[in-house]
Amino acid sequence: MAIEERSNSTKDLKDREVILEVKGLKQYFPVDSHNVVKAVDDVSFQVRKGTTFGLVGESGSGKSTIGRSIIRLYDPTEGTITLSGKEVSGRLTRDKKDFLTTHMQMIFQDPMASLNPRKKVIDIVAEGLDANHLYQNRKEREEKVYKILERVGLNHEQANRYPHMFSGGQRQRIGIARAIVMQPELIIADECISALDVSIQAQVVNIMKDLQDELGLTYLFIAHDLAMVKYISDYIGVIHLGHFVEMGTKEEIFSNPVHPYTKSLLSAIPEPNPITERDRKLVVYDKNEMGVDYTKGTKHFLTPSHMVLATDAELAAWA
Amino acid sequence: MNQKNSNSSSVEWSKEDVVLDVKDVHISFATSAGTLNAIRGVNFTLHKGETVAIVGESGSGKSVTVKSVMGIRSSNQKINHGEILYTYEEHGKKKTVDLLKFSKREMIANYNGKHIAMVFQDPMTALNPLLTIGAQVIEGMVLHLGMSKEEAWKKGEELLAEVGIPNPALTMKNYPHQLSGGMRQRIVIAIAIACNPDVLICDEPTTALDVTIQARILDLIKKIQKDRNISVIYITHDLGVVAKVADYVCVMYAGKIVERGTAYEMYFEPRHPYTWGLLLAMPDLNTTDERLYAIPGTPPNLLRKLVGDAFAPRNRYALNIDYEEEPPVYVLSDTHMVSSWLEHKDAPKVEMPESLQMRINRMKKEVGAYGN
Repeated sequence: MAIEERSNSTKDLKDREVILEVKGLKQYFPVDSHNVVKAVDDVSFQVRKGTTFGLVGESGSGKSTIGRSIIRLYDPTEGTITLSGKEVSGRLTRDKKDFLTTHMQMIFQDPMASLNPRKKVIDIVAEGLDANHLYQNRKEREEKVYKILERVGLNHEQANRYPHMFSGGQRQRIGIARAIVMQPELIIADECISALDVSIQAQVVNIMKDLQDELGLTYLFIAHDLAMVKYISDYIGVIHLGHFVEMGTKEEIFSNPVHPYTKSLLSAIPEPNPITERDRKLVVYDKNEMGVDYTKGTKHFLTPSHMVLATDAELAAWA
Repeated sequence: MNQKNSNSSSVEWSKEDVVLDVKDVHISFATSAGTLNAIRGVNFTLHKGETVAIVGESGSGKSVTVKSVMGIRSSNQKINHGEILYTYEEHGKKKTVDLLKFSKREMIANYNGKHIAMVFQDPMTALNPLLTIGAQVIEGMVLHLGMSKEEAWKKGEELLAEVGIPNPALTMKNYPHQLSGGMRQRIVIAIAIACNPDVLICDEPTTALDVTIQARILDLIKKIQKDRNISVIYITHDLGVVAKVADYVCVMYAGKIVERGTAYEMYFEPRHPYTWGLLLAMPDLNTTDERLYAIPGTPPNLLRKLVGDAFAPRNRYALNIDYEEEPPVYVLSDTHMVSSWLEHKDAPKVEMPESLQMRINRMKKEVGAYGN
């Protein structure tokens, strides 16, 4: 029964329209005149409307860089990014920039650092509205902000307070309110719950899920907590050293991982079971020891959605 | 060594094995906004070679508790009540001292680093960026053990090898920024164990690290603990980490331990609604529920006087008496204690949330499969 439902839902997901398409994204940072850091190297993926795409990988894998390149906090070195059928990569014209800021928003990791401490909550949330002239008068502006604050579980009186007067979980809700007030198509959530306590994490994740159901939001969810990523995501991309080593629906990644890096990540997830957890062995993955070269691997599709980056010989050995 | 039942549901300890006995400690801070009662009566014991994990949200007082064990005190801190008895061997004789009686200076001179050592959360801020790794590793040995620098340097290289640093001789001459986060945390551990402490306190040792590195660091701490037979206190809010390392778990809320027991009791027979909430708020890999079980609200402001059970406003199982009187401690087994009115004989029978019961049943099944 459960399995049937699940396969139905994946079918359903496949039919949804593609909101974000990233093709051959490369983000290089020059170190000096001879060296570049290839933070993201030839990454392609699609995100469908109303779904959540989880990006996982260790620190330095390039998962945050992908998010930042898509929203154009960085200028991508190469590749095309298409949002709702409109290309947003390349030279950032006025027109493109307006489109970007109204259709894509970001929630940052540290809710203290990402909110201006000198501004009141109402002004923080309304900043996007101000910049894009999305209201007729002060009253409409206020109403829009109040409505959004209510949605994330804050009340009107709190709108005139400053960020330091809120707890971490509340601050992150302000961050979410600021993102959804623009009614974006896509929200990039960069480690948005990592800095919060466990009980507060659950509150924030529930709000994000509710908003997705209500408003049909699409999330690009960047995190390193794999249990949470599994819980919230529909599709998952596993990144290592700037390459997508494996990508698929969450069932494919968690029940049938193929790439040894994915296996190693999965083996490291601590589980709340004191008896089995005690003796669990970590699957060690050392790329150099195994002689894996990501630039030599090609994309193998095991199913239309399940991709593994490997050479033919490697794939035969792993699968 | 301790006799331990393999199922760890009953742990037998002899009285002589107690290394650290924390008894009814109350600590407050004088702030500009008034007195903040950070710790409101904490009790726990730590036995030789065992691991105790203290779990709780930020602001629950877990860090203040272990810092008082380390003698790290701020100037506005006041110890109102209680004692921390530390038992150790000196010249073949057992000695018991109350750590709260010592001044900060006495603690630094005699106990910190030498008998009780700490691994901090962020390995970058715990290390001095201006000194080489070697200089920082040998510091404690020169100070506490009276070694010469050459001797300590040699010992330092052995320590780095013990914590799994590939090229110890070279790494001793490196600076912290030349190492990765996981390697830096290994250095911090090497510094902590340099003087052969009896007690190792790990304050969120893996929160700043990646999952794969986290598992390796935890394995390393476990190995060191076994090799040297030391006792470890973990502070963390990650219940997955606790499951991996702890023999004994204390759940703290608003400056009190609301439930404590063996790891088995905590994960398979939790009784306090807060423990239920903590366990359920963290999705495991099988969680498919539409919504996560979130504990509503936020922890109480400890500047205010708390009436009744501090957790009552966030507790969906709260009884009327929870708002009036603080619950007493109910002893469920030799090791399992819970502070909740729900255990009172006249209280209505409340079962844990269904999804938690299902998860526990599933875990028990896994254990069954695992045993065979």
